[in-house]
Amino acid sequence: MKLLLLATLNGITLAALYFIVASGFTLIFGMMRVVNLAHGSLYLIGAYLGHDVAALSGSFPLALAGGALGAALVGMAIHYFLLDRYQGDDLRQALITIGLSIIAADLLLARYGGLSYQFELPEMFYGSMPMPIVSGYPIFRIVLIGLAIAVYLGLWLLVQRTRFGIMIRAGVDDRHMLGALGVNVPLISTLVFGLGAALVGFAGVVGSASLSIAPGEDARYLLSSLVVVIVGGMGSLPGAAIGALLIGLAEQIGLAYFPTYSIILSFVIMVAVLAWRPYGLMGRPA
Amino acid sequence: MLSRKLRCLALVAGITAGFSVSVSAQSTNIRIGGLATLDGPFVALGQEAFRAMELAFEEANYTAGGRKIEWIKESSDGRPDVALTKARKLIEQDKVDILIGPMSGGEGLAIKEYAKTAPTRTFVNGFSAAQETTLVSPAPNFFRFGADGAQWQAGLGNYVYDTKGYRNVAVVAGDYSFGYTQVLGFMSEFCAKGGKVIEKIWVPNGTKDFSSAIARIPNKADAVYIMMGGADSINFLTQYDQSGAKQPLILGSNVSDQTVLSAKGPFQRRLVGLPSAHMVADGIEDAVYKDYVAKYKKRFPDGLSSPSAPFYGYYVATKAVLAGLNQVAGDLSGDQAKFRAALSKLRLDMPAGQVSLDENRQAIANIYVTEVARAPDGSLFNKVVKVIPNVNQTLGHPREAFIARGVPSRDNPSCP
Repeated sequence: MKLLLLATLNGITLAALYFIVASGFTLIFGMMRVVNLAHGSLYLIGAYLGHDVAALSGSFPLALAGGALGAALVGMAIHYFLLDRYQGDDLRQALITIGLSIIAADLLLARYGGLSYQFELPEMFYGSMPMPIVSGYPIFRIVLIGLAIAVYLGLWLLVQRTRFGIMIRAGVDDRHMLGALGVNVPLISTLVFGLGAALVGFAGVVGSASLSIAPGEDARYLLSSLVVVIVGGMGSLPGAAIGALLIGLAEQIGLAYFPTYSIILSFVIMVAVLAWRPYGLMGRPA
Repeated sequence: MLSRKLRCLALVAGITAGFSVSVSAQSTNIRIGGLATLDGPFVALGQEAFRAMELAFEEANYTAGGRKIEWIKESSDGRPDVALTKARKLIEQDKVDILIGPMSGGEGLAIKEYAKTAPTRTFVNGFSAAQETTLVSPAPNFFRFGADGAQWQAGLGNYVYDTKGYRNVAVVAGDYSFGYTQVLGFMSEFCAKGGKVIEKIWVPNGTKDFSSAIARIPNKADAVYIMMGGADSINFLTQYDQSGAKQPLILGSNVSDQTVLSAKGPFQRRLVGLPSAHMVADGIEDAVYKDYVAKYKKRFPDGLSSPSAPFYGYYVATKAVLAGLNQVAGDLSGDQAKFRAALSKLRLDMPAGQVSLDENRQAIANIYVTEVARAPDGSLFNKVVKVIPNVNQTLGHPREAFIARGVPSRDNPSCP
């Protein structure tokens, strides 16, 4: 009972992290149809920059802001200089972003070395809090759930309830018409890309505070975002949340009860979903 | 038409000329391939490996037996299939004479099998330490100058039973051949003393969130033996600390390595006083060893606070290759038979003690039982508490009896 409860809690908190990472991915894909395979690199860039900011300022909130801002700037530069001119050319954009991720991985290895980094969390977030049945649970993992819910609500409000959100949605439906109405469409696209990158940079700081930063994390999070978004449905925010929950729970419950096969479990879920709903649980045909 | 044929011929001639140049270059230079991990969870270890080769080659001025050395590097990510592809590339395309590597347990098994298909080249293991690599059907051209993962744990089981007083231990370890090997090394002493390993939790390599594995550790365990590689062990230590778990830890060899001790993070405060064992220890109080540390610090000012175990592994391997080449004066003719004979008979005086090989070309070496301690400058290091001299691969047991116990696996050995 205790084990099941702990594994479920762990699954939900891991899902919260996966959701924050994947929300940026699904935003960029859903709004602009760009499969950004450098998403994992932006995660790593955000994490390392956040670490630098924390080391200089000693403040965790500043580190969150620094990681998000740094990743957003890099993301906007990638979109402005490299991706925008190939709008609609999926394969070329995918190849460019793969190339960028390889270059970024080596540059980061040269700059930060191969050792793992960790954050000194504020005292109030470090350690465990008392809880019924499971006796104690790490505080920061509970904070993660709150952050994920905040990201979900913020994104939902932005896309559904603001003028900027209306422009984003209009741009998805008819780019040329929106441009004819006097809206600067390339600017909107770059801003959306920057927003997606900011989310993943933020996730990088949060993720490395609860786990750690090391080379290779980029590929892990790219893979987890892909699986989450494929299961949930490309471009759907509720889909990303459901996909993250499914994958997070599967990983942790698998690790608790049959560790040898826990990695396969996520892919079994992916195959099952694709067989039953080829566009993902909440997806629509593109 | 004719001119096109001529041009074609000229091109062919040009290409062949290029070939003959590279062939003649090969006959004067010795080509040595280095295979380590600059991708995946063992990146920090891979950087150390290449530093080690660089230092060893520089000390020899890139010459051995009167011939120049050409060094070609390749990176794997710790997975056997990737290591195999890179080894093939080094052997078949770059045509290296000698391959030094790989890093990780499963990779070593793959390279050993591959070595059997390339009998004209010599393979010298880097840091991979799965037991079967040299214990079961060894390859005649595969040499390992480092102890294996079970040897690394010699003395640890007795130490925690006698000195720490642990009787019931739970194990959390990486689910791969090196993990099984280390656990076997620890358990063979601990269980012989009468200790019980009440639960074994195997976690897949590359797991980043261990919280559910931590939740499975039984309350009645006196201590928890942990063994996972590189970045994974840092995640484990942090999450173990955050979970509020109180049981003391026993560290597998990779967890007490400098690549972990040098990493920054709040988990560090949990490490002081934890026991471990390895083929090298940064707290060795010996002039030769201190000289080796000084050389490392001088050459790699941006390196770790002292050389790591993978550094030592690759350093010994490269030194062995250079010593062998010097003995045969760089003569690799006759499919390297003379060179291999020289390697088999080497007795190397290395910073952590003398290394020699058994009949399976597996090292016999000293093992150091350690406890993590804090140096005056604030960095963590492994203080030596006991030296076990000349540990062989069968841990002092007769070979037949030792092999009859079976290869290490998830369920072997067992003493619940």
